[in-house]
Amino acid sequence: MNPLAFVPLFLASIGRSTLGLLGVVGRLAIFTAETLSHVLRPPFYPVELGHQLLRIGYFSLPVVGMTTLFTGAALALQIYAGGVRFSAETVVPSIVAIGIVRELGPVLGGLMVAGRVSSSIAAELGTMRVTEQIDALTTLSTNPFKYLIVPRVVAATLALPVLVAIGDIIGVLGGYLVGIGRLGFDPGAYIKNTLDFLEPADVTSGLVKAAVFGFLLALMGCYHGYNSGRGARGVGQATTNAVVSASILILAANYLLTEAFF
Amino acid sequence: MAPTPKIALQDVWKTFGEKTVLAGVSLSVAPGRSLVIIGGSGTGKSVTLKCILGIERADRGSIRIDGTEIEKIDRRAFLRHFGMLFQGGALFDSLPVWHNVAFRLRHGRQPMSRRDARDLAIGKLRRVGLGPETADLYPAELSGGMQKRVGLARAIATDPEVIFFDEPTSGLDPIMAGVINELIRELVTEMGATAITITHDMTTVHSVADEVAMLHGGVIRWQGPVAGMETSGDPYLQQFIHGRAEGPIETVR
Repeated sequence: MNPLAFVPLFLASIGRSTLGLLGVVGRLAIFTAETLSHVLRPPFYPVELGHQLLRIGYFSLPVVGMTTLFTGAALALQIYAGGVRFSAETVVPSIVAIGIVRELGPVLGGLMVAGRVSSSIAAELGTMRVTEQIDALTTLSTNPFKYLIVPRVVAATLALPVLVAIGDIIGVLGGYLVGIGRLGFDPGAYIKNTLDFLEPADVTSGLVKAAVFGFLLALMGCYHGYNSGRGARGVGQATTNAVVSASILILAANYLLTEAFF
Repeated sequence: MAPTPKIALQDVWKTFGEKTVLAGVSLSVAPGRSLVIIGGSGTGKSVTLKCILGIERADRGSIRIDGTEIEKIDRRAFLRHFGMLFQGGALFDSLPVWHNVAFRLRHGRQPMSRRDARDLAIGKLRRVGLGPETADLYPAELSGGMQKRVGLARAIATDPEVIFFDEPTSGLDPIMAGVINELIRELVTEMGATAITITHDMTTVHSVADEVAMLHGGVIRWQGPVAGMETSGDPYLQQFIHGRAEGPIETVR
């Protein structure tokens, strides 16, 4: 068969994929705009917001804490291994702190919470869609965006900076424990070295990143769950798509924000 | 002069992708009457209800409530006087039974106090044959029949003017189905509500309906009083109500 015969098929498949992608981007943009438009307009559901803050924020604390603790500890060992080659092992405390606060705390915290929360939101809303609970909300004069989506998105946006701030402290503590126990640093000198080189902008840039990541991971969970297909397969697909898209968006947004704060 | 229908559909069309589900549906129901829509699976009964509620948007045609096009009515005001029993119950599984029943009262513009809402919910639960001990259970702890009753209690919580019942007896044993049918008939008569029920179950049709409409091929094949079904002469209706395999409705074997 003539190989040129495949060219139109190839171009057609590229065209279909492009149109599909543009369709998803458009639907997501409309969903985001609708969510934001409901954030400031009453009625508000403070009890629901409180539940979501507890669920997304408080219950994610162990996951974020463990992640940053071990990351800080490993980071201290790696920086020491590199620093010792040109007699710069004293930079371990400051580089651990800057690395955790500016980059690893928000990114790893965001990814871990995405795995835990985006999937859970997508599965919950997907099941509500399949079992007609979302339609039932509408018939009970309750806007599903206001009752289901806004509390989750707002809660994640507020909770992530707090989670990451706590995670930053635990991550620095992980580096401190390894620095003192394994690498022979003086405790007072380690803390002084950490604080002397850490600037307020390092902390605030990390917390701004965390808020953006929180917004993105909840939005992805809500979008995929709310638009879930039918049956167990549809809900499963929505859950997978929520985690994958939230993780990719977090990493992409991290690069853009790092460029912005550079 | 005939009263303005509570709900009237005229030449309503709805397509999903390439599949046309409603191809010019026209039907009406008078205030205080109970209309049952029958038809096979996938004939668009649920889509018809969703179009009336605005959950799905009809591609074309006219849907009127009290003589006014649905685009022009205050949808929130309409929904305040509306109740619906969903096929699977659609109870919120994160909330206890009493909160499900009193959901609208707790989340309206002027929310009722927790104690008053709970008391009212217990009253409605009693009306559908459930004791106060069920109020604090969660939906997952209830049997299918009890979930239907809770769904019914939620549908009547605000004494609505219009109630929709979507397959109210599906998945229930014949005795429980009979109980639910009786409850629906009693509640609709008691409240003077306008009701639309969709079902496959002919026992429900005979228990609940003042009028019957049969949906097939995207259109209403027949609409008339329940007593007129047997003598209608419409071959589609006759095949459906007698459950015959032979007839104009194609069956997949």
